[in-house]
Amino acid sequence: MNDMSPAQPPERAALLERLTRAGERGVLRFITCGSVDDGKSTLIGRLLYDSKLLFEDQIKTLEKDSKKHGTTGGDEIDFALLLDGLEAEREQGITIDVAYRFFNTEKRKFIVADTPGHEQYTRNMATGASTADLAIILVDARRGVLTQTRRHTYIADMMGIRHAVLAVNKMDLAGFSRARFHEIVSDYLRVAEDLGFDTITPIPISARYGDNIFTRSDNMAWHDGPTLMEHLEHVETDAAEALEHPFRMPVQWVNRPNLDFRGFTGSIAGGRVAPGDEIVAAQSGKTAKVARIVTADGDLDSAGAGQAVTLVLDREIDIARGDMLADARARPDVSDQFAAEILWMAEEEMLPGRTYLLKAGGQVTPVSVTTLKHKLNINTFEREPGVSLHLNEIGVCNLSTSRAIAFDPYAELRETGAFILIDRFTQQTVAAGMIAFSLRRASNVHSHAMDVTKARRSELKGQKPAVLWFTGLSGAGKSTIANLVEQKLAAIGRHTYSLDGDNIRHGLNRDLGFTDVDRVENIRRIGEVARLFVDAGVIVTCSFISPFRAERMMVRELMEPGEFIEVFVDAPLEVCIQRDPKGLYRKAQAGEIKNFTGFDSPYEEPETPELHLKTADMTAEAAAEEVIEQLIKRGMIG
Amino acid sequence: MSDIASEIRNYAARFKAPRPRTRALSPHLAALEAESIHIMREVAAEFERPVMLYSIGKDSAVMLHLALKAFYPSRPPFPLQHVDTTWKFRDMIAYRDALADALGLEMRVEINEEGLKRGIGPFASGSNLHTQVMKTEALRAAMTRHRYDAAFGGARRDEEKSRAKERIFSFRDAHHGWDPRNQRPELWRTYNTRIGPAESIRVFPLSNWTELDIWQYILEDDIPIVPLYLAAERPVVERDGQILMVDDDRFPLQAGESPQMRRIRFRTLGCYPLTGAIESGAGTVEAIVLEMLTARTSERSGRLIDHDEAGSMEKKKREGYF
Repeated sequence: MNDMSPAQPPERAALLERLTRAGERGVLRFITCGSVDDGKSTLIGRLLYDSKLLFEDQIKTLEKDSKKHGTTGGDEIDFALLLDGLEAEREQGITIDVAYRFFNTEKRKFIVADTPGHEQYTRNMATGASTADLAIILVDARRGVLTQTRRHTYIADMMGIRHAVLAVNKMDLAGFSRARFHEIVSDYLRVAEDLGFDTITPIPISARYGDNIFTRSDNMAWHDGPTLMEHLEHVETDAAEALEHPFRMPVQWVNRPNLDFRGFTGSIAGGRVAPGDEIVAAQSGKTAKVARIVTADGDLDSAGAGQAVTLVLDREIDIARGDMLADARARPDVSDQFAAEILWMAEEEMLPGRTYLLKAGGQVTPVSVTTLKHKLNINTFEREPGVSLHLNEIGVCNLSTSRAIAFDPYAELRETGAFILIDRFTQQTVAAGMIAFSLRRASNVHSHAMDVTKARRSELKGQKPAVLWFTGLSGAGKSTIANLVEQKLAAIGRHTYSLDGDNIRHGLNRDLGFTDVDRVENIRRIGEVARLFVDAGVIVTCSFISPFRAERMMVRELMEPGEFIEVFVDAPLEVCIQRDPKGLYRKAQAGEIKNFTGFDSPYEEPETPELHLKTADMTAEAAAEEVIEQLIKRGMIG
Repeated sequence: MSDIASEIRNYAARFKAPRPRTRALSPHLAALEAESIHIMREVAAEFERPVMLYSIGKDSAVMLHLALKAFYPSRPPFPLQHVDTTWKFRDMIAYRDALADALGLEMRVEINEEGLKRGIGPFASGSNLHTQVMKTEALRAAMTRHRYDAAFGGARRDEEKSRAKERIFSFRDAHHGWDPRNQRPELWRTYNTRIGPAESIRVFPLSNWTELDIWQYILEDDIPIVPLYLAAERPVVERDGQILMVDDDRFPLQAGESPQMRRIRFRTLGCYPLTGAIESGAGTVEAIVLEMLTARTSERSGRLIDHDEAGSMEKKKREGYF
């Protein structure tokens, strides 16, 4: 067993030489698109098998599994089984996520993202494609270019993949026909030619028998292009192309072991950097020169895209995580408004106006979609109107962030043009975004300082302004209590104003209905109006069902800390139905009103309101007294 | 052990006064190294109580090495956590202590004392119960007690089928459970690090490394490893086709069994009664890499816990095992 092992330790230098040469082309990441029917899993299995990356025990397990779960029948190996991983999936015979596979040849290491061709496809493929240099689009030679072929191609293009391979598979079942291959290629070029790919490389293959995978096919001597492996080994990677971009490095972490050392760590997203280069902290506009490029292997003379480094600058400028260091002569955009493509990845729909968290590099900031300009139909890539985005839908949107962010258009540099959106309550990643262009330049000039300030106005009125936000089901008693509170405040000489459905819905917001999208916009406008009243020094009561936590939080964040007082007017649905002061529940029950909160539209209870009033067990008078006491306790009124 | 001790001292000196490379890393290793460093810095920047789960093996050696590089000239801004089942090879513990000492790192060691008292061990209780109590439960106890919100693990996607789909940032609920259907999509290098109270994230910076990458990196970047990875004459017995090393006198020899000296090495390291050796003449890292280039058996076949049943790794993962 150990007879094969070398008796002498090998010559170290010779081995290192061999290994380094073997990996000279670095890493290529690619994604395979297609369904099991197109032979996608068979292709990946073939790549692993032919690159001699399977061990004997893995082959044995594969043979055993092929007999048990396989679809090839008999003794033939079902390569698809190599790629399944999770138990449930194995039993159902489907894959539901992205799996990563590895193999290498004499020249390159390969990372394959394998995504399934079923539900969730768009989301999974986008995930796999986000880090891929190349996409293999698989087509069954017998079936030709299908709707899904178009879909895969569009997603690959949207995610910024520069190299497409059209792998026409199962050529063995199409008689290795040159005419058929050319027919499919010309069909495909009509789909893909005008998209953003740098290269489109058609290759006729048979994954099952290995034709034109690693070795040139005798059956298709007419093919004068490369084999699949020849192409994969030579195609240019994104990292190599990113070197041509001006220097960009999002700061990840400030390295400060002692008072004498202050370095900015990060991965270079674009371009090169060397000591002496002038760089700018994009958001602040402050410039400095690079003094050192520090690594644990000693200082470097230069570094480029893909390298993780620590930069020391020649002077102290204020830089923190989230800042982007950039070439001072070719700066990125800095803006709080931009247009982007968004792929929605959550069950809960995207609502314009709602606040999410945007994360781009180390930058995290609240953001909302101000306009959904149109949706993209993923099968035809035609524009369609839409008011919200559902799971796996793509939209072109305008976004507005709370703080300006630094970025490049995604088409120019993926790393600095990409972002994700995060739901603020579930913490889930709900969308992937690709920035198209800036809508305006953020200016560092602050808005005009007013001579009469909020503080001055409040002082004149002898009070602290506040928003009393009454939320709860229809019939819970919001307006009744708010009305009493306003009377009590007026009685002690306070300046107040009340906002409620009567004075808002009939005027400012009469163009809005009761869909989720409109409800979000409704609250957004009310929030802005309430903010103006607070700015004027007024105590403003707002009585709105305001069913969603996200929008209540949005209004809270418009105000200064302490100004927003959330009052949860809490009555059980049965009680509200019984009260039914406006007869609305009766209409909802009769089906005359749609989207009625508590009925066929959800109400999300406040988790930590400043005040929780259970109105089933108390009078409106007592509830109003509690609100006044709360204001006194908080020092809002004397 | 004296050779390895001086090797470790030399190694630690490298991070005090860095020496420029005489030979560039292979391009694909340089890319993998940069990716791992990026991941580690993200964790350091975004979590409050990160930790590195350190298992003493070759993957942990590489992971720690990457952390030393990522934060240089600072020390890694997190402690190391070892879960000691008390059945590790003696050479592993000696290496662990020498390394922590030379590098001045905080090495936290978790032992399930309750399990010890109950007499749980691989021979007495079988591999399943032993692993559950002394490893999985001990790890969960450490996670809870120290309130870690992010934990680095050295798992790689190429190790086993169910790991091919694991995220780099893998979300765990408040009970340290892993739900394969409730993982976040992971795009670009933009990792969603947000978690709720008591929730945590396991982070796998070596996700995209293969076993060969690990060995090649150890070779090219001169990383000290536990000597058990290198072939030497060691006392072993053969059971059910597995070569087991008799590392101490707790090994219950069966009638007719007596330890034989054979030239063996290990491809993975864990609890010595659960870790099969291979016969090999590869006494240097160079020889191992050469052997790897022609290897015909995957490394996990040396781990007894995987053979219990098909898909067993996935079950263990759901329970919180790494």
